[in-house]
Amino acid sequence: MGRKLLLDKANVPNIRLYDVYRREGGYRSVEKALKSMSPDQVTEEVKKSGLRGRGGAGFPTGMKWSFLAKPEGVPRYLVVNADESEPGTFKDRYLMEFIPHLLIEGMITSSYALGSNRSYIYIRGEYAWIVDILEQAINEARQNGWLGKNILGTGYDLEIYVQRGAGAYICGEETALLESLEGKRGNPRIKPPFPAVKGLWDCPTVVNNVETIAAVVPIINEGGEEYAKIGVGKSTGTKLISACGNINKPGVYEIDMTISVEEFIYSDEYCGGIPNGRKLKACIPGGSSVPILPANLLLTTAKGEKRMMNYESLADGGFATGSMMGSGGFIVLDDAQCVVKHTYTLARFYRHESCGQCSPCREGTGWMEKILLKIENGQGKMSDIDLLWDIQRKIEGNTICPLGDAAAWPVAAAIRHFRDEFEWHVNNPEECLRRNYGLMHYADPIHFPATA
Amino acid sequence: MQEVKRIISFYPEGKQKSAVIPVLHLAQQEFGGWLSTDTMDYVASLLSLKPIEVYEVATFYSMYNLKPVGKYMFEVCQTGPCMLNGSDDIVKYIYDKLGIKPGETTTDGLFTLKTVECLGACGYAPMMQMGKHYREHLTKEKVDAIVEECRNNVAIKN
Repeated sequence: MGRKLLLDKANVPNIRLYDVYRREGGYRSVEKALKSMSPDQVTEEVKKSGLRGRGGAGFPTGMKWSFLAKPEGVPRYLVVNADESEPGTFKDRYLMEFIPHLLIEGMITSSYALGSNRSYIYIRGEYAWIVDILEQAINEARQNGWLGKNILGTGYDLEIYVQRGAGAYICGEETALLESLEGKRGNPRIKPPFPAVKGLWDCPTVVNNVETIAAVVPIINEGGEEYAKIGVGKSTGTKLISACGNINKPGVYEIDMTISVEEFIYSDEYCGGIPNGRKLKACIPGGSSVPILPANLLLTTAKGEKRMMNYESLADGGFATGSMMGSGGFIVLDDAQCVVKHTYTLARFYRHESCGQCSPCREGTGWMEKILLKIENGQGKMSDIDLLWDIQRKIEGNTICPLGDAAAWPVAAAIRHFRDEFEWHVNNPEECLRRNYGLMHYADPIHFPATA
Repeated sequence: MQEVKRIISFYPEGKQKSAVIPVLHLAQQEFGGWLSTDTMDYVASLLSLKPIEVYEVATFYSMYNLKPVGKYMFEVCQTGPCMLNGSDDIVKYIYDKLGIKPGETTTDGLFTLKTVECLGACGYAPMMQMGKHYREHLTKEKVDAIVEECRNNVAIKN
């Protein structure tokens, strides 16, 4: 059983309440940071921990913090990205709903490091009831002297506010989030300038994911070097995985990144296997944007090694034979599922969520949705598959923000690995309406020719 | 009004434009579940904004209803993970039961069906949002119970 740093207290009754959270050792990181460390020392610990952004991109958090510009007399902001909207991802919701004080504690410590006196949580609008939970936690923290003026008598001031979005996936992109927080449409900004220089209201800003900020708590409590000992290689610490789809035990799991994908899917400690005697057909291991893999490539890399649940191993083989850790949204498809239909629902999602600024994404996502629906309904032509490939190539890399890439990758990977399932739809226009393609060869061992 | 003032206090002075999204949520809740032009103009006046600054926001975000909706809105998620767990059947069952397709409202004005994209409840699929809360692990029986619950609530209030 792996180490748990974030969810180890999740099952303590009433951990949502301040008194219980504090009794269980909560807010120690704030005491330690504010009383015995300088802001730069806190940043240094986060750097040493090797913590990588948990929102999806995996950028080193300490490095992001060190980019923050610090001009005299200009306020700086920490904004927590709680706009969790990537299909398959529901880990931040779990954390905020059940252990809200962990986020608040992480925010106080992080805000101190960054010199922010006013920090925001930008939460997706649909998580309306969680706003109440967070505001209650903030009030409790303020009543107990962890927020407000002169915290712990150190002279440091901080207020935390919760801002609700209103239904827009794009606001998970940090510059779109800042636009939205300024009361505008969520259109991503052109970078540079980066938020670290010109962010919220043109002031230096750090935007971090909920889980990233929560991880600062154990990093400060135990020290960056101790944190870095957990995990493997550049995948340090623990990661929350939200598992869903066709598995026996969907839910949020904290892993220490040393277990294999196979163990994660089949062990009773985690997903508990595939229900109804079905077989594993495919999986999207890191949220809908990352490449889907057939069962064989999911469990074993192209080198023939066991694939592990960490940043490097999930990405092993690049996009040709690998995928990504992404946001940790782990979507499992059994052999009764249709990859074409699943890809269609994702394409529809991205069309719906495109902000419309860049033509390749605005137009391309709509085209991909329509063509995928045609193929799914048995009205596709063979040339449509090539057309889909062509469109996704023309979206990728040609947009202001990564939503274009995020829309292109799932379509590209579905065709790359499941092309014969697409062709079967085209060749069997009536049969494909009655039944699905099934498992076929997708779980068969792969023999790669040895390279000289 | 107190709530509007509380929201405006979240931002530095002169940045009350940031309040437009939360205040629109409030307005939609207070004015019948949707945003009319009059309502949006009112929000603009509260925040000292030009009406267009409110319209452009209201039309961008999918949670704002720009047309009247039923008293209860069933927002059924239909994205990948929910689809894998049978969200299509839930949408169809609601149609069979209430006679409304996505985007339609029952003639008695009680129910609106809307299909939405991923709401972050993938592990508890299929699901829908109704008002402030999620209804998860949906089955036909659960849909029956929710419809019953809504009708009872209305009967009690009358």
